[in-house]
Amino acid sequence: MLTAAIVAILVTMLLALIRTFLGPTEYDRMLAANSFGTKTVLLIALAGYALSWNSFLDVALLYALLNFVGTIAVMRFFEYRNAPEERDDPESAV
Amino acid sequence: MTAILELLSGLCLFLGGVLCVTGGVGLLRMPDFFARVHASGVTETLAAPLLLIGLLLQMELSLDSVKVIMIMILVLATNPTATHAMAKATLHGGQRPLVFDNDQDAGGEGSSKP
Repeated sequence: MLTAAIVAILVTMLLALIRTFLGPTEYDRMLAANSFGTKTVLLIALAGYALSWNSFLDVALLYALLNFVGTIAVMRFFEYRNAPEERDDPESAV
Repeated sequence: MTAILELLSGLCLFLGGVLCVTGGVGLLRMPDFFARVHASGVTETLAAPLLLIGLLLQMELSLDSVKVIMIMILVLATNPTATHAMAKATLHGGQRPLVFDNDQDAGGEGSSKP
């Protein structure tokens, strides 16, 4: 059953990768990339146990942290790209 | 006892795998970004803990179990936050959800919510 779960994760990663290449907007691409990252964490955890790697869970933990921080950083970048004038301007307010 | 744990672990892994593939298909097939956020975010939030619980029931109790629980808590905390931030960024970026009006003639015409 561990092998079946790993195969399911791999199939999901493939589907997310297709959406990443296909995605009409950059938000779709980022969503698929975030989903891909989460699936990578799960894949490292399950495959590391199945193949009895050393300290695979540390790698999975680190990857989960980096995935979240990267997604938030890119989304902050996209969020204010279209409307820079809406950002609060301290010089004009004074 | 071991057989019961094995059975529970297999059940959790199976359900997690099915949910995983469901999320992937939804991510690929949904018509709209917000529907894709829904499909991906909702299934991931349940699939990741199920798969990790299935893994946790298979391994013997050690420091690695604590690490698996930490990964589970981290994924549960960060994954909804990331999807929420993504939906908010998309709304601020000018995209609107696709809505279908049932009161109008059923032409399948998508209109933007004002």
